[in-house]
Amino acid sequence: MTSKSKIALIAVALAVLIVWAFVTVIPLYWMFIGSFQDSAASAVFKPQMIPEIWSIAPYERFFHKAAAVRWIVNSVIVASVVTVTNVFFASLAGYAFAKLKFPGSKTIFWALLTTMMIPAQVTLIPLYILMINIFQLGDTYTAIVLPAVVSVGNVFLMKQYMSTLPTSLIHAARIDACSEFGIYRKVILPMAKPGLAVLAIFTFVAQWNEFFWPLLVTKSSEMRTIQVGLASFVFAESTDYGAIMAGASVGALPMVILFFSLQRYFLQGITVGAVKG
Amino acid sequence: MRSTTSHAAGSGAARFRQFLRNYGWAYAFIAVPVLLFLVFTLYPVGWAFVISFQKYGILKSTWVGFDNYTYMFKDDVFWKSMRNTVIFTIGTVPVNILISFGLAFLIFQLKQRAQTFFKAVLYLPTVASGVTLSIVWIAIFDPTPSGMLNRLLIQLGLDPVIWLGQKSTALFSLMLMSWLGSHGSGIILYLAAMGGIPKSLYEAADIDHASGWKKFSRITWPLLKPTTLYLLVTGVITSFQVFISVYLMTQGGPDFATTTIAYLIYQTAFNFNQFGLASAQAFVLAAVIVIVSVLQFKFFSTDIEY
Repeated sequence: MTSKSKIALIAVALAVLIVWAFVTVIPLYWMFIGSFQDSAASAVFKPQMIPEIWSIAPYERFFHKAAAVRWIVNSVIVASVVTVTNVFFASLAGYAFAKLKFPGSKTIFWALLTTMMIPAQVTLIPLYILMINIFQLGDTYTAIVLPAVVSVGNVFLMKQYMSTLPTSLIHAARIDACSEFGIYRKVILPMAKPGLAVLAIFTFVAQWNEFFWPLLVTKSSEMRTIQVGLASFVFAESTDYGAIMAGASVGALPMVILFFSLQRYFLQGITVGAVKG
Repeated sequence: MRSTTSHAAGSGAARFRQFLRNYGWAYAFIAVPVLLFLVFTLYPVGWAFVISFQKYGILKSTWVGFDNYTYMFKDDVFWKSMRNTVIFTIGTVPVNILISFGLAFLIFQLKQRAQTFFKAVLYLPTVASGVTLSIVWIAIFDPTPSGMLNRLLIQLGLDPVIWLGQKSTALFSLMLMSWLGSHGSGIILYLAAMGGIPKSLYEAADIDHASGWKKFSRITWPLLKPTTLYLLVTGVITSFQVFISVYLMTQGGPDFATTTIAYLIYQTAFNFNQFGLASAQAFVLAAVIVIVSVLQFKFFSTDIEY
Protein backbone atom coordinates (compact mmCIF):
# COMPACT_ATOMS: atom_id res chain seq x y z
CA MET A 1 0.00 0.00 0.00
CA THR A 2 1.32 3.46 -0.88
CA SER A 3 1.96 5.78 2.01
CA LYS A 4 -0.61 8.26 0.71
CA SER A 5 -3.48 5.80 0.79
CA LYS A 6 -2.22 4.54 4.13
CA ILE A 7 -2.50 8.05 5.55
CA ALA A 8 -5.97 8.43 4.06
CA LEU A 9 -7.03 5.15 5.64
CA ILE A 10 -5.76 6.25 9.05
CA ALA A 11 -7.57 9.58 8.72
CA VAL A 12 -10.85 7.86 7.86
CA ALA A 13 -10.34 5.35 10.68
CA LEU A 14 -9.76 8.11 13.20
CA ALA A 15 -12.81 10.08 12.05
CA VAL A 16 -15.16 7.10 12.20
CA LEU A 17 -13.78 5.91 15.52
CA ILE A 18 -14.06 9.31 17.17
CA VAL A 19 -17.70 9.63 16.10
CA TRP A 20 -18.48 6.10 17.23
CA ALA A 21 -16.68 6.53 20.54
CA PHE A 22 -18.71 9.67 21.11
CA VAL A 23 -22.00 7.88 20.39
CA THR A 24 -20.96 5.01 22.67
CA VAL A 25 -20.01 7.13 25.63
CA ILE A 26 -22.65 9.85 25.43
CA PRO A 27 -25.48 7.86 27.09
CA LEU A 28 -23.28 7.13 30.08
CA TYR A 29 -22.11 10.74 30.12
CA TRP A 30 -25.75 11.92 30.17
CA MET A 31 -26.49 9.59 33.02
CA PHE A 32 -23.58 10.82 35.07
CA ILE A 33 -23.97 14.52 34.30
CA GLY A 34 -27.75 14.28 34.69
CA SER A 35 -27.39 12.80 38.15
CA PHE A 36 -25.84 16.06 39.32
CA GLN A 37 -28.63 18.27 38.03
CA ASP A 38 -31.79 18.77 40.00
CA SER A 39 -34.47 17.89 37.51
CA ALA A 40 -37.18 17.21 40.08
CA ALA A 41 -39.19 20.11 38.67
CA SER A 42 -39.57 18.63 35.17
CA ALA A 43 -40.69 15.12 34.40
CA VAL A 44 -38.47 15.05 31.33
CA PHE A 45 -34.79 14.17 31.45
CA LYS A 46 -32.85 16.83 29.59
CA PRO A 47 -29.51 17.41 31.25
CA GLN A 48 -27.31 20.30 30.20
CA MET A 49 -24.19 18.96 28.56
CA ILE A 50 -22.07 21.13 30.84
CA PRO A 51 -24.15 21.91 33.90
CA GLU A 52 -24.15 25.46 35.25
CA ILE A 53 -25.24 24.43 38.70
CA TRP A 54 -24.06 21.18 40.23
CA SER A 55 -26.40 19.63 42.75
CA ILE A 56 -26.22 16.53 44.88
CA ALA A 57 -29.95 16.68 45.60
CA PRO A 58 -30.68 13.71 43.26
CA TYR A 59 -28.26 11.58 45.30
CA GLU A 60 -29.83 12.72 48.55
CA ARG A 61 -33.25 11.74 47.25
CA PHE A 62 -32.00 8.38 45.98
CA PHE A 63 -30.35 7.44 49.26
CA HIS A 64 -33.28 8.83 51.24
CA LYS A 65 -36.08 7.05 49.35
CA ALA A 66 -34.29 3.75 48.80
CA ALA A 67 -32.38 1.32 51.00
CA ALA A 68 -29.47 1.98 48.67
CA VAL A 69 -26.65 1.59 51.17
CA ARG A 70 -27.99 -1.81 52.13
CA TRP A 71 -28.26 -2.79 48.44
CA ILE A 72 -24.63 -1.84 47.83
CA VAL A 73 -23.51 -3.77 50.91
CA ASN A 74 -25.50 -6.79 49.70
CA SER A 75 -23.92 -6.59 46.24
CA VAL A 76 -20.42 -6.29 47.70
CA ILE A 77 -20.99 -9.30 49.96
CA VAL A 78 -22.52 -11.48 47.26
CA ALA A 79 -20.03 -10.53 44.55
CA SER A 80 -17.05 -11.02 46.89
CA VAL A 81 -18.15 -14.45 48.07
CA VAL A 82 -18.93 -15.61 44.54
CA THR A 83 -15.57 -14.31 43.32
CA VAL A 84 -13.61 -16.14 46.01
CA THR A 85 -15.45 -19.44 45.52
CA ASN A 86 -15.18 -19.24 41.73
CA VAL A 87 -11.46 -18.49 41.73
CA PHE A 88 -10.74 -21.28 44.22
CA PHE A 89 -12.95 -24.06 42.85
CA ALA A 90 -12.54 -23.21 39.15
CA SER A 91 -8.74 -23.08 39.39
CA LEU A 92 -8.66 -26.32 41.37
CA ALA A 93 -10.90 -28.13 38.86
CA GLY A 94 -9.22 -26.45 35.89
CA TYR A 95 -5.86 -27.69 37.15
CA ALA A 96 -7.20 -31.22 37.59
CA PHE A 97 -8.71 -31.30 34.09
CA ALA A 98 -5.60 -29.79 32.49
CA LYS A 99 -2.77 -31.54 34.29
CA LEU A 100 -3.95 -34.61 36.20
CA LYS A 101 -4.79 -37.92 34.59
CA PHE A 102 -7.79 -39.76 35.97
CA PRO A 103 -10.43 -42.11 34.59
CA GLY A 104 -13.39 -40.26 33.10
CA SER A 105 -11.69 -36.86 33.00
CA LYS A 106 -12.55 -36.24 29.32
CA THR A 107 -16.13 -37.49 29.66
CA ILE A 108 -16.84 -35.43 32.77
CA PHE A 109 -15.32 -32.32 31.22
CA TRP A 110 -17.40 -32.60 28.05
CA ALA A 111 -20.54 -33.37 30.03
CA LEU A 112 -20.00 -30.13 31.93
CA LEU A 113 -19.24 -28.20 28.78
CA THR A 114 -22.21 -29.25 26.66
CA THR A 115 -24.64 -28.10 29.35
CA MET A 116 -23.42 -24.55 28.82
CA MET A 117 -25.76 -24.49 25.84
CA ILE A 118 -28.81 -25.11 28.04
CA PRO A 119 -30.47 -21.74 28.64
CA ALA A 120 -30.97 -20.65 32.24
CA GLN A 121 -34.74 -20.58 31.68
CA VAL A 122 -34.87 -24.39 31.66
CA THR A 123 -33.31 -24.92 35.08
CA LEU A 124 -34.82 -21.78 36.55
CA ILE A 125 -38.16 -23.14 37.71
CA PRO A 126 -36.90 -26.29 39.47
CA LEU A 127 -34.08 -24.21 40.96
CA TYR A 128 -36.62 -21.72 42.23
CA ILE A 129 -38.81 -24.46 43.75
CA LEU A 130 -35.71 -26.06 45.27
CA MET A 131 -34.42 -22.85 46.86
CA ILE A 132 -37.68 -21.20 47.89
CA ASN A 133 -40.10 -24.03 48.66
CA ILE A 134 -37.91 -26.96 49.63
CA PHE A 135 -34.81 -25.41 51.21
CA GLN A 136 -36.84 -22.39 52.43
CA LEU A 137 -33.95 -20.09 51.51
CA GLY A 138 -35.93 -17.22 50.02
CA ASP A 139 -34.54 -13.78 50.83
CA THR A 140 -31.13 -15.07 51.96
CA TYR A 141 -27.58 -14.55 50.74
CA THR A 142 -27.30 -18.31 50.48
CA ALA A 143 -30.04 -18.46 47.86
CA ILE A 144 -28.36 -15.79 45.75
CA VAL A 145 -24.88 -17.27 46.06
CA LEU A 146 -25.37 -21.05 46.01
CA PRO A 147 -26.08 -21.64 42.29
CA ALA A 148 -23.23 -19.24 41.41
CA VAL A 149 -20.52 -20.81 43.60
CA VAL A 150 -18.55 -22.01 40.58
CA SER A 151 -19.60 -21.72 36.95
CA VAL A 152 -18.79 -24.25 34.25
CA GLY A 153 -17.60 -21.41 32.03
CA ASN A 154 -14.95 -20.48 34.60
CA VAL A 155 -13.82 -24.10 34.96
CA PHE A 156 -13.42 -24.17 31.18
CA LEU A 157 -11.41 -20.93 31.14
CA MET A 158 -9.16 -22.21 33.91
CA LYS A 159 -8.61 -25.53 32.14
CA GLN A 160 -7.56 -23.66 28.99
CA TYR A 161 -5.30 -21.40 31.01
CA MET A 162 -3.75 -24.14 33.18
CA SER A 163 -2.81 -26.24 30.17
CA THR A 164 -0.48 -23.42 29.05
CA LEU A 165 1.56 -23.71 32.29
CA PRO A 166 4.73 -25.82 32.20
CA THR A 167 4.33 -29.38 33.46
CA SER A 168 7.97 -29.87 34.43
CA LEU A 169 7.66 -27.96 37.70
CA ILE A 170 4.71 -30.12 38.71
CA HIS A 171 6.78 -33.27 38.14
CA ALA A 172 9.64 -31.84 40.14
CA ALA A 173 7.34 -31.05 43.04
CA ARG A 174 5.84 -34.53 42.89
CA ILE A 175 9.29 -36.09 43.13
CA ASP A 176 9.89 -33.89 46.18
CA ALA A 177 6.90 -35.73 47.71
CA CYS A 178 4.61 -32.73 47.69
CA SER A 179 0.98 -33.69 48.18
CA GLU A 180 -1.27 -32.91 45.23
CA PHE A 181 -2.92 -30.07 47.11
CA GLY A 182 0.54 -28.87 48.09
CA ILE A 183 1.49 -28.78 44.41
CA TYR A 184 -1.64 -26.76 43.64
CA ARG A 185 -0.96 -24.32 46.45
CA LYS A 186 2.82 -23.92 46.17
CA VAL A 187 3.48 -24.46 42.47
CA ILE A 188 0.31 -23.84 40.46
CA LEU A 189 -1.21 -20.89 42.29
CA PRO A 190 1.91 -18.67 42.12
CA MET A 191 2.34 -19.44 38.41
CA ALA A 192 -1.33 -18.89 37.61
CA LYS A 193 -1.69 -15.53 39.33
CA PRO A 194 -2.32 -13.45 36.17
CA GLY A 195 -5.03 -15.84 35.01
CA LEU A 196 -6.63 -15.90 38.44
CA ALA A 197 -6.64 -12.10 38.55
CA VAL A 198 -8.51 -11.95 35.25
CA LEU A 199 -10.97 -14.58 36.43
CA ALA A 200 -11.55 -12.72 39.69
CA ILE A 201 -12.20 -9.38 38.00
CA PHE A 202 -14.61 -10.78 35.44
CA THR A 203 -16.49 -12.84 38.01
CA PHE A 204 -16.84 -9.86 40.32
CA VAL A 205 -18.17 -7.59 37.59
CA ALA A 206 -20.54 -10.26 36.25
CA GLN A 207 -21.94 -10.95 39.70
CA TRP A 208 -22.26 -7.24 40.53
CA ASN A 209 -24.27 -6.81 37.33
CA GLU A 210 -26.28 -10.05 37.77
CA PHE A 211 -29.98 -9.35 37.72
CA PHE A 212 -32.27 -12.26 36.98
CA TRP A 213 -31.57 -14.75 39.76
CA PRO A 214 -31.32 -12.17 42.58
CA LEU A 215 -34.61 -10.72 41.29
CA LEU A 216 -36.30 -14.10 41.70
CA VAL A 217 -35.05 -15.11 45.12
CA THR A 218 -35.25 -11.79 46.97
CA LYS A 219 -38.52 -10.42 48.27
CA SER A 220 -37.79 -7.82 50.92
CA SER A 221 -36.14 -4.53 50.06
CA GLU A 222 -33.32 -5.22 52.55
CA MET A 223 -32.13 -8.31 50.69
CA ARG A 224 -32.02 -6.83 47.18
CA THR A 225 -28.75 -6.36 45.39
CA ILE A 226 -28.04 -2.94 43.89
CA GLN A 227 -29.23 -4.00 40.41
CA VAL A 228 -32.51 -5.47 41.63
CA GLY A 229 -33.04 -2.57 43.99
CA LEU A 230 -32.38 -0.12 41.20
CA ALA A 231 -34.97 -1.79 39.00
CA SER A 232 -37.56 -1.62 41.77
CA PHE A 233 -36.67 2.05 42.30
CA VAL A 234 -37.26 2.80 38.61
CA PHE A 235 -40.75 1.30 38.81
CA ALA A 236 -41.57 3.12 42.07
CA GLU A 237 -40.18 6.56 41.23
CA SER A 238 -40.53 6.63 37.47
CA THR A 239 -40.92 10.41 37.28
CA ASP A 240 -37.88 11.42 39.31
CA TYR A 241 -35.29 11.20 36.54
CA GLY A 242 -32.62 12.92 38.62
CA ALA A 243 -32.78 10.38 41.43
CA ILE A 244 -33.02 7.51 38.94
CA MET A 245 -29.86 8.69 37.18
CA ALA A 246 -28.15 9.05 40.55
CA GLY A 247 -29.11 5.43 41.25
CA ALA A 248 -27.95 4.24 37.85
CA SER A 249 -24.63 6.00 38.42
CA VAL A 250 -24.27 4.39 41.83
CA GLY A 251 -24.96 0.99 40.24
CA ALA A 252 -22.42 1.46 37.46
CA LEU A 253 -19.69 3.64 38.91
CA PRO A 254 -17.87 1.04 41.05
CA MET A 255 -17.46 -1.16 37.98
CA VAL A 256 -16.36 1.76 35.79
CA ILE A 257 -13.72 2.72 38.36
CA LEU A 258 -12.64 -0.91 38.60
CA PHE A 259 -12.44 -1.01 34.81
CA PHE A 260 -10.21 2.03 34.49
CA SER A 261 -7.89 0.99 37.29
CA LEU A 262 -7.55 -2.58 35.98
CA GLN A 263 -7.95 -1.81 32.28
CA ARG A 264 -5.00 -3.96 31.27
CA TYR A 265 -6.65 -7.08 32.66
CA PHE A 266 -9.99 -6.35 31.05
CA LEU A 267 -8.65 -5.66 27.60
CA GLN A 268 -6.46 -8.76 27.49
CA GLY A 269 -8.53 -10.95 29.73
CA ILE A 270 -11.40 -11.86 27.48
CA THR A 271 -9.13 -13.42 24.91
CA VAL A 272 -8.06 -16.04 27.45
CA GLY A 273 -9.38 -19.34 26.19
CA ALA A 274 -12.00 -17.77 23.97
CA VAL A 275 -10.69 -17.68 20.43
CA LYS A 276 -9.27 -21.07 19.69
CA GLY A 277 -12.07 -23.39 20.73
CA MET B 1 2.75 -48.45 53.52
CA ARG B 2 3.79 -52.08 53.89
CA SER B 3 0.26 -53.16 54.77
CA THR B 4 -1.11 -52.31 51.35
CA THR B 5 0.97 -54.98 49.61
CA SER B 6 -1.60 -57.24 48.13
CA HIS B 7 -3.05 -60.37 49.63
CA ALA B 8 -5.34 -62.49 47.53
CA ALA B 9 -8.19 -62.00 50.01
CA GLY B 10 -8.11 -58.23 50.43
CA SER B 11 -7.31 -57.43 46.82
CA GLY B 12 -10.63 -55.65 46.13
CA ALA B 13 -10.21 -53.25 49.02
CA ALA B 14 -6.52 -52.86 48.29
CA ARG B 15 -7.15 -52.08 44.67
CA PHE B 16 -9.73 -49.46 45.73
CA ARG B 17 -7.21 -47.92 48.10
CA GLN B 18 -4.63 -47.89 45.34
CA PHE B 19 -7.20 -46.23 43.03
CA LEU B 20 -7.93 -43.59 45.65
CA ARG B 21 -4.25 -42.94 46.17
CA ASN B 22 -3.72 -42.46 42.45
CA TYR B 23 -6.82 -40.50 41.59
CA GLY B 24 -8.44 -39.39 44.86
CA TRP B 25 -6.94 -35.90 44.70
CA ALA B 26 -8.11 -35.33 41.15
CA TYR B 27 -11.68 -36.30 42.02
CA ALA B 28 -11.57 -34.13 45.13
CA PHE B 29 -10.39 -31.19 43.01
CA ILE B 30 -13.33 -31.44 40.62
CA ALA B 31 -15.85 -32.47 43.30
CA VAL B 32 -17.45 -29.07 43.91
CA PRO B 33 -18.12 -28.10 40.28
CA VAL B 34 -19.37 -31.61 39.53
CA LEU B 35 -21.62 -31.63 42.58
CA LEU B 36 -23.05 -28.22 41.72
CA PHE B 37 -23.53 -29.37 38.16
CA LEU B 38 -25.50 -32.41 39.35
CA VAL B 39 -27.64 -30.51 41.87
CA PHE B 40 -28.15 -27.21 40.07
CA THR B 41 -28.08 -28.22 36.40
CA LEU B 42 -28.60 -31.89 35.62
CA TYR B 43 -31.23 -32.60 38.27
CA PRO B 44 -33.21 -29.40 37.50
CA VAL B 45 -33.16 -30.19 33.76
CA GLY B 46 -34.69 -33.60 34.41
CA TRP B 47 -37.15 -32.15 36.87
CA ALA B 48 -38.13 -29.34 34.49
CA PHE B 49 -38.81 -31.97 31.85
CA VAL B 50 -41.20 -33.75 34.23
CA ILE B 51 -42.88 -30.47 35.23
CA SER B 52 -43.47 -29.62 31.57
CA PHE B 53 -45.95 -32.54 31.49
CA GLN B 54 -47.68 -31.44 34.67
CA LYS B 55 -50.01 -28.83 36.01
CA TYR B 56 -47.64 -27.91 38.81
CA GLY B 57 -48.81 -27.02 42.28
CA ILE B 58 -46.70 -26.64 45.40
CA LEU B 59 -48.80 -29.20 47.28
CA LYS B 60 -50.06 -31.32 44.45
CA SER B 61 -49.16 -31.65 40.80
CA THR B 62 -51.36 -33.36 38.25
CA TRP B 63 -50.16 -35.18 35.17
CA VAL B 64 -51.53 -33.54 32.01
CA GLY B 65 -49.60 -35.28 29.26
CA PHE B 66 -48.84 -33.03 26.31
CA ASP B 67 -51.43 -30.39 27.29
CA ASN B 68 -48.82 -27.72 28.05
CA TYR B 69 -47.16 -28.27 24.69
CA THR B 70 -50.39 -28.30 22.68
CA TYR B 71 -51.62 -25.21 24.50
CA MET B 72 -48.34 -23.45 23.81
CA PHE B 73 -48.35 -24.22 20.10
CA LYS B 74 -51.90 -22.87 19.80
CA ASP B 75 -51.06 -19.75 21.81
CA ASP B 76 -50.75 -16.57 19.73
CA VAL B 77 -48.57 -14.88 22.33
CA PHE B 78 -46.08 -17.74 22.18
CA TRP B 79 -45.71 -17.39 18.42
CA LYS B 80 -45.51 -13.61 18.70
CA SER B 81 -42.74 -13.91 21.26
CA MET B 82 -40.89 -16.42 19.08
CA ARG B 83 -41.21 -14.06 16.14
CA ASN B 84 -39.98 -11.10 18.20
CA THR B 85 -37.04 -13.09 19.50
CA VAL B 86 -36.03 -14.23 16.02
CA ILE B 87 -36.39 -10.71 14.58
CA PHE B 88 -34.37 -9.28 17.45
CA THR B 89 -31.66 -11.93 17.02
CA ILE B 90 -31.39 -11.59 13.24
CA GLY B 91 -31.53 -7.81 13.55
CA THR B 92 -28.84 -7.51 16.19
CA VAL B 93 -26.32 -10.38 16.14
CA PRO B 94 -25.05 -10.14 12.52
CA VAL B 95 -25.21 -6.33 12.62
CA ASN B 96 -23.25 -6.21 15.86
CA ILE B 97 -20.67 -8.65 14.53
CA LEU B 98 -20.21 -6.48 11.43
CA ILE B 99 -19.93 -3.34 13.56
CA SER B 100 -17.42 -5.02 15.90
CA PHE B 101 -15.42 -6.24 12.93
CA GLY B 102 -15.47 -2.84 11.22
CA LEU B 103 -14.43 -1.00 14.36
CA ALA B 104 -11.70 -3.56 15.10
CA PHE B 105 -10.43 -3.24 11.53
CA LEU B 106 -10.24 0.55 11.86
CA ILE B 107 -8.59 0.39 15.29
CA PHE B 108 -6.05 -2.08 13.90
CA GLN B 109 -4.74 0.62 11.51
CA LEU B 110 -3.73 2.85 14.42
CA LYS B 111 -0.67 3.09 16.65
CA GLN B 112 -0.56 1.12 19.90
CA ARG B 113 -1.57 4.03 22.15
CA ALA B 114 -4.55 5.03 20.05
CA GLN B 115 -5.57 1.36 19.90
CA THR B 116 -5.64 1.12 23.69
CA PHE B 117 -7.63 4.34 23.97
CA PHE B 118 -10.39 3.27 21.58
CA LYS B 119 -10.50 -0.26 22.98
CA ALA B 120 -11.05 1.17 26.46
CA VAL B 121 -13.69 3.70 25.43
CA LEU B 122 -15.69 1.27 23.31
CA TYR B 123 -15.53 -1.37 26.06
CA LEU B 124 -17.08 0.94 28.63
CA PRO B 125 -20.79 0.07 28.07
CA THR B 126 -19.91 -3.61 28.48
CA VAL B 127 -18.89 -2.89 32.08
CA ALA B 128 -22.05 -0.96 32.93
CA SER B 129 -24.87 -3.26 33.97
CA GLY B 130 -27.88 -4.11 31.82
CA VAL B 131 -30.03 -2.35 34.40
CA THR B 132 -28.01 0.86 34.19
CA LEU B 133 -28.02 0.85 30.38
CA SER B 134 -31.77 0.19 30.29
CA ILE B 135 -32.40 3.10 32.66
CA VAL B 136 -30.34 5.46 30.53
CA TRP B 137 -32.09 4.35 27.36
CA ILE B 138 -35.53 4.79 28.93
CA ALA B 139 -34.56 8.44 29.29
CA ILE B 140 -33.15 8.63 25.76
CA PHE B 141 -36.36 7.13 24.34
CA ASP B 142 -38.59 9.55 26.30
CA PRO B 143 -41.72 9.89 24.10
CA THR B 144 -42.32 13.62 24.63
CA PRO B 145 -40.91 16.14 22.13
CA SER B 146 -38.34 17.15 24.72
CA GLY B 147 -36.95 13.61 25.06
CA MET B 148 -33.25 13.22 24.17
CA LEU B 149 -33.65 11.36 20.88
CA ASN B 150 -36.76 13.26 19.87
CA ARG B 151 -35.00 16.59 20.27
CA LEU B 152 -32.36 15.30 17.86
CA LEU B 153 -35.09 14.30 15.38
CA ILE B 154 -36.78 17.69 15.66
CA GLN B 155 -33.46 19.43 15.03
CA LEU B 156 -33.17 17.35 11.87
CA GLY B 157 -36.67 18.53 10.88
CA LEU B 158 -38.39 15.22 11.65
CA ASP B 159 -41.42 14.44 13.80
CA PRO B 160 -40.94 13.11 17.33
CA VAL B 161 -41.48 9.37 17.79
CA ILE B 162 -43.16 7.46 20.64
CA TRP B 163 -40.21 5.08 20.63
CA LEU B 164 -41.13 2.41 23.16
CA GLY B 165 -44.83 3.18 23.29
CA GLN B 166 -46.08 2.08 19.88
CA LYS B 167 -46.08 -1.30 18.18
CA SER B 168 -44.27 -0.19 15.05
CA THR B 169 -41.12 1.14 16.75
CA ALA B 170 -40.85 -0.62 20.14
CA LEU B 171 -38.84 -3.65 19.04
CA PHE B 172 -36.76 -1.51 16.70
CA SER B 173 -35.89 0.77 19.62
CA LEU B 174 -34.53 -2.17 21.61
CA MET B 175 -32.46 -3.18 18.58
CA LEU B 176 -31.15 0.37 18.18
CA MET B 177 -30.00 0.29 21.78
CA SER B 178 -28.14 -2.96 21.11
CA TRP B 179 -26.42 -1.59 17.99
CA LEU B 180 -25.05 1.35 19.90
CA GLY B 181 -23.60 -0.42 22.84
CA SER B 182 -22.49 -4.02 22.93
CA HIS B 183 -19.26 -4.26 20.97
CA GLY B 184 -16.59 -4.28 23.66
CA SER B 185 -15.73 -7.98 23.73
CA GLY B 186 -16.21 -8.44 19.98
CA ILE B 187 -13.74 -5.69 19.17
CA ILE B 188 -11.12 -7.08 21.54
CA LEU B 189 -11.47 -10.63 20.27
CA TYR B 190 -11.22 -9.48 16.65
CA LEU B 191 -8.18 -7.32 17.39
CA ALA B 192 -6.44 -10.23 19.09
CA ALA B 193 -7.18 -12.45 16.09
CA MET B 194 -6.06 -9.78 13.58
CA GLY B 195 -2.78 -9.45 15.46
CA GLY B 196 -2.31 -13.19 15.04
CA ILE B 197 -2.46 -13.18 11.22
CA PRO B 198 1.11 -13.56 9.92
CA LYS B 199 2.37 -10.44 8.10
CA SER B 200 4.04 -12.64 5.49
CA LEU B 201 0.65 -13.48 3.98
CA TYR B 202 0.00 -9.83 3.18
CA GLU B 203 3.55 -9.35 1.90
CA ALA B 204 3.08 -12.30 -0.44
CA ALA B 205 -0.20 -10.79 -1.63
CA ASP B 206 1.55 -7.47 -2.23
CA ILE B 207 4.12 -9.18 -4.45
CA ASP B 208 1.21 -10.57 -6.48
CA HIS B 209 -0.25 -7.04 -6.69
CA ALA B 210 -3.41 -8.19 -4.97
CA SER B 211 -6.00 -5.45 -4.46
CA GLY B 212 -7.01 -4.31 -0.97
CA TRP B 213 -10.35 -6.06 -1.38
CA LYS B 214 -8.68 -9.32 -2.47
CA LYS B 215 -6.43 -9.25 0.58
CA PHE B 216 -9.44 -8.67 2.77
CA SER B 217 -11.65 -11.35 1.23
CA ARG B 218 -8.91 -13.95 0.76
CA ILE B 219 -6.79 -13.45 3.87
CA THR B 220 -8.32 -11.35 6.63
CA TRP B 221 -11.94 -12.52 6.61
CA PRO B 222 -11.27 -16.29 6.22
CA LEU B 223 -8.60 -16.29 8.91
CA LEU B 224 -10.92 -14.51 11.32
CA LYS B 225 -13.67 -17.07 10.82
CA PRO B 226 -13.13 -18.88 14.14
CA THR B 227 -13.64 -15.57 15.94
CA THR B 228 -16.72 -14.77 13.87
CA LEU B 229 -18.14 -18.22 14.58
CA TYR B 230 -17.51 -17.80 18.30
CA LEU B 231 -19.20 -14.40 18.35
CA LEU B 232 -22.08 -15.69 16.26
CA VAL B 233 -22.81 -18.71 18.44
CA THR B 234 -22.46 -16.91 21.78
CA GLY B 235 -24.28 -13.86 20.40
CA VAL B 236 -27.27 -15.90 19.27
CA ILE B 237 -27.46 -17.77 22.57
CA THR B 238 -27.41 -14.49 24.53
CA SER B 239 -29.83 -12.78 22.19
CA PHE B 240 -32.35 -15.63 22.42
CA GLN B 241 -32.42 -14.98 26.17
CA VAL B 242 -32.71 -11.18 26.09
CA PHE B 243 -34.57 -10.15 29.22
CA ILE B 244 -33.39 -7.13 31.24
CA SER B 245 -34.13 -4.45 28.63
CA VAL B 246 -37.59 -5.92 27.96
CA TYR B 247 -38.39 -6.24 31.65
CA LEU B 248 -37.34 -2.68 32.47
CA MET B 249 -38.18 -0.74 29.32
CA THR B 250 -41.35 -2.20 27.79
CA GLN B 251 -42.65 -5.08 29.97
CA GLY B 252 -43.19 -6.88 26.69
CA GLY B 253 -45.59 -4.27 25.35
CA PRO B 254 -47.26 -2.54 23.69
CA ASP B 255 -49.62 -5.38 22.76
CA PHE B 256 -46.83 -8.01 23.04
CA ALA B 257 -44.75 -6.19 20.41
CA THR B 258 -41.57 -6.70 22.46
CA THR B 259 -42.44 -9.88 24.36
CA THR B 260 -39.42 -12.10 23.88
CA ILE B 261 -39.43 -15.79 24.67
CA ALA B 262 -37.33 -15.33 27.82
CA TYR B 263 -39.70 -12.63 29.05
CA LEU B 264 -42.73 -14.80 28.24
CA ILE B 265 -41.26 -17.67 30.27
CA TYR B 266 -40.66 -15.29 33.19
CA GLN B 267 -44.25 -14.01 33.02
CA THR B 268 -45.78 -17.46 32.65
CA ALA B 269 -43.86 -18.76 35.63
CA PHE B 270 -43.74 -15.86 38.04
CA ASN B 271 -46.72 -13.67 37.15
CA PHE B 272 -49.21 -16.40 36.26
CA ASN B 273 -47.70 -19.23 38.37
CA GLN B 274 -47.96 -21.72 35.51
CA PHE B 275 -44.74 -23.61 36.12
CA GLY B 276 -45.73 -26.48 33.82
CA LEU B 277 -46.41 -24.31 30.82
CA ALA B 278 -43.31 -22.19 31.49
CA SER B 279 -41.15 -25.32 31.58
CA ALA B 280 -42.59 -26.46 28.25
CA GLN B 281 -41.78 -23.05 26.77
CA ALA B 282 -38.26 -23.24 28.20
CA PHE B 283 -37.67 -26.63 26.57
CA VAL B 284 -38.72 -25.30 23.20
CA LEU B 285 -36.31 -22.38 23.70
CA ALA B 286 -33.53 -24.83 24.61
CA ALA B 287 -34.28 -26.97 21.55
CA VAL B 288 -34.18 -23.93 19.27
CA ILE B 289 -30.87 -22.77 20.76
CA VAL B 290 -29.25 -26.19 20.40
CA ILE B 291 -30.47 -26.62 16.80
CA VAL B 292 -29.38 -23.13 15.76
CA SER B 293 -25.96 -23.56 17.41
CA VAL B 294 -25.36 -26.89 15.67
CA LEU B 295 -26.46 -25.42 12.32
CA GLN B 296 -24.05 -22.52 12.73
CA PHE B 297 -21.16 -24.89 13.40
CA LYS B 298 -22.13 -27.01 10.37
CA PHE B 299 -22.64 -24.05 8.06
CA PHE B 300 -19.50 -22.26 9.09
CA SER B 301 -17.11 -25.18 9.18
CA THR B 302 -17.95 -26.56 5.70
CA ASP B 303 -16.73 -23.58 3.71
CA ILE B 304 -13.46 -22.80 5.44
CA GLU B 305 -10.79 -23.22 2.80
CA TYR B 306 -7.30 -21.94 3.31
